[in-house]
Amino acid sequence: MINRNISLNRGSYKQPNIFGYYGNFGGAYVPEMLYRNVEELRDQYLRIIYEDSFQQEFKALLKDYVGRPSPLYHAKRLSEHYRTKIYLKREDLNHTGAHKINNAIGQVLLALRLGKKRIIAETGAGQHGVATATICALKGIECVVYMGSKDIERQAPNVARMKMLGAEVVPATSGSQTLKDATNEAIRDWINHPDNTHYVIGSVVGPHPYPDMVARFQSVISEETRAQLKEQEGRELPTKVIACVGGGSNAAGAFYHFLDEESVELIAVEAAGLGVYSGHSAATTRLGKTGVLHGSKSLVMQTEDGQVIEPHSISAGMDYPGIGPLHAHLFESGRARFLSATDQQALDAAFELTRLEGIIPALESAHALAALKEIRFNPKDITVLCLSGRGDKDLDAFMKAFEVQPKNSYEQDQSVI
Amino acid sequence: MSRISQLFKKKKERILNIYFTAGFPELDSTLTLMKLLQENGADMIELGMPYSDPLADGPVIQSSGSRALCNGMTIAKLFEQLKDFRKEIDLPVVLMGYMNPILQFGFEKFCATCAVAGIDGLILPDLPEHEYELEYEAILKKYGLDFIFLVTPETSDARIRRLDAFSNGFLYAVSSSSITGKDKDFEEVDKYLSRLRSMNLKNPVLVGFGIKDRLSFQSACRHAAGAIIGTAFIRALENSASLKESVKGFMDAVLK
Repeated sequence: MINRNISLNRGSYKQPNIFGYYGNFGGAYVPEMLYRNVEELRDQYLRIIYEDSFQQEFKALLKDYVGRPSPLYHAKRLSEHYRTKIYLKREDLNHTGAHKINNAIGQVLLALRLGKKRIIAETGAGQHGVATATICALKGIECVVYMGSKDIERQAPNVARMKMLGAEVVPATSGSQTLKDATNEAIRDWINHPDNTHYVIGSVVGPHPYPDMVARFQSVISEETRAQLKEQEGRELPTKVIACVGGGSNAAGAFYHFLDEESVELIAVEAAGLGVYSGHSAATTRLGKTGVLHGSKSLVMQTEDGQVIEPHSISAGMDYPGIGPLHAHLFESGRARFLSATDQQALDAAFELTRLEGIIPALESAHALAALKEIRFNPKDITVLCLSGRGDKDLDAFMKAFEVQPKNSYEQDQSVI
Repeated sequence: MSRISQLFKKKKERILNIYFTAGFPELDSTLTLMKLLQENGADMIELGMPYSDPLADGPVIQSSGSRALCNGMTIAKLFEQLKDFRKEIDLPVVLMGYMNPILQFGFEKFCATCAVAGIDGLILPDLPEHEYELEYEAILKKYGLDFIFLVTPETSDARIRRLDAFSNGFLYAVSSSSITGKDKDFEEVDKYLSRLRSMNLKNPVLVGFGIKDRLSFQSACRHAAGAIIGTAFIRALENSASLKESVKGFMDAVLK
């Protein structure tokens, strides 16, 4: 199913062309100081990740360490509520609580095969940082995680986890002191350590080959989904796949093996924050323009003067001013439909899933859940929703929501069902 | 012949190119600083266009950029400031910046405006040579602008030749594969620069990154046509009570 060749044309959905383009988006806009690192990765990644020994080790870790395959769970009460059939792809049950570990393991195994002795990563909410620190602990390799100093304050439990795992957490104090600045700092670290360091990017962003590499590591999500649907439904293809998009790694993984299946409707959900046009939003496809951020050409939220805007979302994992070039291409070509959900809609959807199914979702995944209200379903549809992470890390936000909501509003909501 | 090439024809060594961020420390200090640099012995000026996410710059230059942005600097504003600068400035001037703001301004409109204002060349570290060749080279040529690529100690000989062939005016040798503003090991820099010299490149070489005072400037000049100072100059302006005295003090310390 996996094509190891890279096409010479404008690139397809599943793989960019040799310069890293999906249609009009992608490329490798990196300063010369990073050229050799990026070139090494570009020349080696496909060969290494499809070596038998790599695949064996990767798959064994995904199975025994992460706990894959993650269940494809038929959420009956949620399905009844929306009068259709909804499966949840339970990435929340992975070790460390989200899909991020799939990519972190893949990249660290790759780095070790490239002879790297030191791993760096950026993190926003801390999920990718925790996943990277986890696999580095397992492999006994040095790990440095860059995190915006504002995020360090907001995400204390994940900072503690990373430290307990032996990672050094370095505050990014430049710019707006959040994810995009942590990414800048990580890239600078890489520039300063060109020989021994691999930079584990956490999403399908960055210069080629990162978007393709991360998509391939996350594609295990849709690979399993196909097999599980075959087993549970007797068919490999769902009607719809829904996933949230910050940078877009869980969506890339959830869509990957359906990208070329035209009958499957792909739905990406962005964070609208306080409202798409409120000035406090992260809905990149609605607000962004073509630009260059963190090494690739994509849609970027920016001012008229081309300065990158600090986005807003209640969910730190959605709080990124761009999207991966694959998603920009899916948006531009119309292959995927892009919806958005506000902070409040995401909170409501999180409570709804919790009360209907006993599953507390991450706020990121709650954006995908919130979109269920916007979509017209046929009772015969089979919808797969990627539940990218669990909500333990978001309890603060949930508790604040409790304070402002009338105590029984969620039960009242349900009684209407 | 471009203003930059004329300079290198006239003066073969010890060329000093000073970088500073447009709109720093004050929005309207751009032209004042250019004049002061000209009066105090600079051979060339590299004018930085501030950007929110300057990957190839260190914290000192980034914070000067943040301040410039707070001061209200934009590309449009900069071109307003540069409208008549050629009446007073004879030095070659190159603009340094990042792709995103220029793409928003419109790449061709940007080049056209540069040409009208009298800007001589561009340094855009995040424009890769593949994209340059495919889409942008023709536009730069059309408006007679030099484009300067960076090379590093990690750049292969074959790639150095390719980047040299694409560059006009000079080639920017990053003294180590590192962001601006860090101390360098002179011996290693020496080795790298003599390797560059032995390649008989088309363009003269200016060394940047880590040049901060007379000693490092002289060391860079042993194997290259000159050097670029950025971070150390920005530092000298950071808490300056008088730009005039700060610039004079800094330039005297490097040159005299």
